[in-house]
Amino acid sequence: MIFTIASKELKTLFASPLAWVVLTVMQLAIGYAFLRRLDDFLQLQPQLAQMGSPPGITELVAGPVFGTAAAVLLFAVPVLAMRLVAEERRNQTMVLLMSAPVSMTEIVLGKFLGLAAFLAGIVALTALMPLSLAGMVRLDYGMLAGLAAGLVLLAAAFAAVSLLVSCLTVHPVVAAIGAFATLLGMVLAGEAAGDGLRARGWSVAASLTQVFSPIKSFEPFGRGLFDTYAAACLVLLTALSLALAIRQLDAQRLRG
Amino acid sequence: MPEQEAASTISARGLTRRFGTHIAVNDITFELRRGEVLGFLGPNGAGKTTTMHMLTGNLAPSRGEISICGIDLLEEPAAAKARIGYLPEVPPLYRELTVDEYLVLAAKLHRVPRARRGDAVGTVKQRCGLAEAGRKLIGTLSKGYQQRVGIAQAIIHSPDVVVLDEPTVGLDPNQIREIRALIRELGGAHSVILSTHILPEVEALCDRVQIMHHGELVYSDTIAALKQFESGATMLVGLRRPPPAAELAALPGVAAAAAVEPTLYRIQFAAGEDPTDALVKTAAARDWGLYQLKPAQTSLEDVFVHLTRREESPQ
Repeated sequence: MIFTIASKELKTLFASPLAWVVLTVMQLAIGYAFLRRLDDFLQLQPQLAQMGSPPGITELVAGPVFGTAAAVLLFAVPVLAMRLVAEERRNQTMVLLMSAPVSMTEIVLGKFLGLAAFLAGIVALTALMPLSLAGMVRLDYGMLAGLAAGLVLLAAAFAAVSLLVSCLTVHPVVAAIGAFATLLGMVLAGEAAGDGLRARGWSVAASLTQVFSPIKSFEPFGRGLFDTYAAACLVLLTALSLALAIRQLDAQRLRG
Repeated sequence: MPEQEAASTISARGLTRRFGTHIAVNDITFELRRGEVLGFLGPNGAGKTTTMHMLTGNLAPSRGEISICGIDLLEEPAAAKARIGYLPEVPPLYRELTVDEYLVLAAKLHRVPRARRGDAVGTVKQRCGLAEAGRKLIGTLSKGYQQRVGIAQAIIHSPDVVVLDEPTVGLDPNQIREIRALIRELGGAHSVILSTHILPEVEALCDRVQIMHHGELVYSDTIAALKQFESGATMLVGLRRPPPAAELAALPGVAAAAAVEPTLYRIQFAAGEDPTDALVKTAAARDWGLYQLKPAQTSLEDVFVHLTRREESPQ
C-alpha cells in the first residue's frame, strides 16, 4: 500500500509541470557549478602539480557540485513537498486516501517515499556530472559514493521536515514558505546553537544540536568522510519528522 | 457470512461531534438496512457532511459508536473502511490523471486483488457510463463526467455501503437524471446513504428519509409517510377580499389559518380531513374573491418550519 501511494505521488508529480521545472533549474544550477569548478581546476592544475599530495579532482569538483545541489534542494524540496498534504487537502483529494482502508502511517510513508524517490533521481543526475569525466581522469569512486549517499540522506531529511510542515496547513504556498523557513532556520540556528554550546564547553549538548542542523551533517561527506554520527543525525531527523507528521494527521482526524 | 451482516450495514449510536464549543452533530442514532436507500435531508449547516465524514472515518466522533456490517469503525478502521465507498461533496479527483489511471489507483487503495482489478475497473466504467472516457484526463472532463468518476471511485470495490454527499449539485438537468438513475440502480446491490437538500431527489430515490436540523435528527420515517406528512396537511389560499383569519380557521376541517401575505393564507387541515370543497363553496358564497388555491409547496423548508414549530409548541 505504501508503494501504491508512493507511485501515485511520483505519477502526479511528473504529470504536473512542477517536476520538470525543478529538474530544469537543478540541472542548470548544477551544470553551471560543475563547469565553473572544472574551469577553476584546469587553471589551478599547474600549481597543484607542484604540491606534495594535492587534492584530487573529485574533492575539488564533485564536492562543490554536490554542495550546490544541497543548496538548491533547500529551495526545491519545500516546493515539491507542499503538494504532498497541503495541496491535497486544499483540493479535497485527501478524502480518497482517508476513506480507503489505509493507515495514516502508510499514507505518510508512501508520500515520503514518493518524494524521496524523485529526489534520489536528482542525486543520480547530480552524480552524472562528475561521472562524465570518468574516461579522462581517475575519479575517487569511494568519495563519489559517499557524497551521493550523504546527499540522499540530506534530501530525505529535507523531505521529511517539509512533509511535516505540509501537514500543518491547508495552504500550499504557506506550506512551501513555512518548510523553507524551517529548514533555513535549522541551518542557521542549528549552527549557531552548536557553536555557542561548544564555546561554553557543553560538547554533548552541542553534538545533539547537530540533529537539527542537516547541512552541518552533510559537510563531512563533502570532505570525503563518511561520518556515521552525521548520517545518524540525518536519519534521526527524518524519522522524527515522519513520526510527527503521522501524529499530526491523526490529530487532525480527531480535531477536525 | 456472520449473521449480523444480513441485518444492518451501518449502525450509528449516540454519534456526537463537537468543534470547540460548537456542537455540529448531537447524539444521533440510526441504522441502515441492507439494500436500502436512505435520504439524509437538511438545510446547509445541519450537520449532514460532518455525519458523513464520521461514517466514512474521515473524522473521529467526539462520542458515540459506528459499526459497518458489524465491524467497529473506530476499533478496526481498515476492515470497516473496506466496506464503504464514499463520494464527498467535492469529488476527490486527481485532475492530472486519466480516468483509467485514477480508477486503477482507487482499486489498489481499496485493496481490490490484482487479478480482479481490470474487471473491477471495466465494470464500474460500464455502470457509470465512462466506457468511452477511459483515456481522457480527468481535468478535461465536464462536471457531470467528473461526478461519474467520483461515483465510480466509490463503488469500485463493490462496498456494502455507498455514501454519496450531494451527488447532483451543480449538474444540468440531463446529468441529474442520469446520476439519479445510477443511484437507483446502486440501491439494488448496495446500501446507499444519499445526502441532499433537494426534496424531489429524495422522493424519487429513497426508501427512507432522515432529516437533520441543528445537528440533531428531527425526523426519520419512510418516504411515503413523509409525503403524507407535508403535502396533505396544508394549502395556500389567495383571497382578494379576505375575511379575518379566525373566520377561515372556523371552517369545518380547518385546524388553523395564518396570513402569509395580506391576501394569501396558509390553511392547515385538521387531521384526516380535506376542507377544500367547503372552502371553495364558502368563498364563492361570501364573495371573498378566491383567486388561488394550491397545495403548499412540498419543499424541505415547509417540513422544517413544521418540525421546528412542533418541537417548540409544548413549551
